[in-house]
Amino acid sequence: MTATSRLSRDLWQVAGFAAAIGVAATLLDSGVWLTFAMMALYGALLAQAWNILGGFGGQFSFGHALFFGVGAYTQVIAQVTFGINAWVALAGAVLLAAVVGALVGALSFRYGLRGSYFALVTLAFAEVFRIGAVSVGFTGGGVGMMLPLNESPAQLQFGSRRGYLLLIGAMVVAALLVTAWLRHSRFGAQLQAVRDNEDAARAVGVDPFRTKLLAIILSAAFMGAAGAFYVQVFQYLDPSIAFGPHVSVEALVGAIVGGMGTLWGPVAGAFALHLLADLTRNLFGQLPGVNMVIYGVVLVLIVMFLPRGLAGLVGSGRFSARRLLGRRDD
Amino acid sequence: MLSLDILFPSVLNGLTTGAVYALIALGLTLIYGVLHIINFAHGALLMVALYAVYGLRQGLGLDPYLALPLLVPGMFVLGYLLQRVVVNRASHGKDENILLVTLGISIVLENLALMAFKSDTRTIETAYTLTTVPIGPAFIALPKLVAFGGALVASAVLLLIVQRTDLGRAIRAVAREKQGARLCGIDVDHVYAMSFGIGLACLGAAACFLMPAYYVNPQVGSGFVLVAFTIVVLGGMGSFAGALVGGLLIGVVESISGLLLGESLGQIGIFAIFIAVLLFRPQGLFGAKA
Repeated sequence: MTATSRLSRDLWQVAGFAAAIGVAATLLDSGVWLTFAMMALYGALLAQAWNILGGFGGQFSFGHALFFGVGAYTQVIAQVTFGINAWVALAGAVLLAAVVGALVGALSFRYGLRGSYFALVTLAFAEVFRIGAVSVGFTGGGVGMMLPLNESPAQLQFGSRRGYLLLIGAMVVAALLVTAWLRHSRFGAQLQAVRDNEDAARAVGVDPFRTKLLAIILSAAFMGAAGAFYVQVFQYLDPSIAFGPHVSVEALVGAIVGGMGTLWGPVAGAFALHLLADLTRNLFGQLPGVNMVIYGVVLVLIVMFLPRGLAGLVGSGRFSARRLLGRRDD
Repeated sequence: MLSLDILFPSVLNGLTTGAVYALIALGLTLIYGVLHIINFAHGALLMVALYAVYGLRQGLGLDPYLALPLLVPGMFVLGYLLQRVVVNRASHGKDENILLVTLGISIVLENLALMAFKSDTRTIETAYTLTTVPIGPAFIALPKLVAFGGALVASAVLLLIVQRTDLGRAIRAVAREKQGARLCGIDVDHVYAMSFGIGLACLGAAACFLMPAYYVNPQVGSGFVLVAFTIVVLGGMGSFAGALVGGLLIGVVESISGLLLGESLGQIGIFAIFIAVLLFRPQGLFGAKA
């Protein structure tokens, strides 16, 4: 297959997925299933955002909640404090998260932080923002902020889950399109080259700093969108929801369970994790922490036994066949 | 400006906390120095040790200091097994995998504690909890003073083990040159597990010294984990002297910035140092060039 036909195959798949979301939003009328689809897609957005930097760029962030929280606070503060329209606020949330991504990326990558060091510095940045959000006035401090109820599509608030399902679906499709572009573009190839061997990539003329910087900006922008979505759905935000470890963990576990550096892995991972979480909720009730225990156990088991994630299960046969033919597209 | 009467007790308090930080960081830096991995589960494992001290006190009435002979070997065995059975198998020879596995372990432990104990903060009462000792113009709580002394003694023991025993020599050999050590007949997997075990034994000791003057809840470890990383990075990854000095320094910084900025914002001083050191001097104060 040529590069263009591989790209168009990905695009057809994404189009099919978009259509499936549309059908689901029309046909599903049980609140339980609509909520499940919405939350699984929200998890897919987190995982796909992490995947852009972690999976394709090889930079493992343990503090992606940082960008989520910046987006979420932008969304709520813009509306509550400044009376800005929700759609405009959403654009601002994406933009500000991307700016924070650029700043963190510029600092970390300028000084060549890799591996554990990068994981640590992202974790520390998220923690600084969490403490900052508790301490300063305009975030409402530890009490948090409420988004007043104002049901109207013009205010990004919908009467039923259906509207939110379409909103998050659109965001996930956008993330998938960017991922498809990463898989088949020159920039994506450079990013993956930096991931696999930074020194070798530099030797053939790739600028690792610029490449990783663009990746973290894209990744942060989608996290910001996820934060804004969270605020619109749950209409409440506090510092530990925004910057606490939960979101960072959900993003990276989803991507790793599904398969890093793949198009569909993070989506599959997020759906699998949400299914698992819902099943255990039915079995054990609302025990606090039970979800996260499962996330942790699944993470350890996947790293132990399925280092390529769920995508590795599906792709392994074709992957080896392709390799025999000397072709490798992922 | 601040008067010395306020500053002096604050520095003393910082030093006593810092000594326990140093002990926790020594365990972390040992594991890093030998295995070249960052043990993200360090804080969660400290939390487990704190609950063990709490449980022994509430269940059996055992004094926290008398729990030392149980906690230190207990945590050692836990560490040895954890490394051999889980971490080593999951690594597939890749550092990123160890990063993820230790993160996974910490998530599991923290949330198991949340399921078992709820998020309540628990403390223990001992006869000496509220005893204070006058030092110059300051009054220091007795448990803090014991913690200071105990942490320094435990650090000295750790240094003796690493410097003077055959095991210590093996640990240093593996840290320096894994393949060479293997060729000399050193069982590398065993040394890995021993290092992990000793690192956790430090946590067992730290928990016994901390508990009388501190508290435990499921999230208590995450507070310590970033502090311990800060110390390890500040002192230079794998440097024992660096961890000791860094621990005391961070204790004082936390205490003074808490005094100036208030309790919650005081932690920002630590993270600011952490980010600054990572960015501008990642090899730390004592570390060799990375």
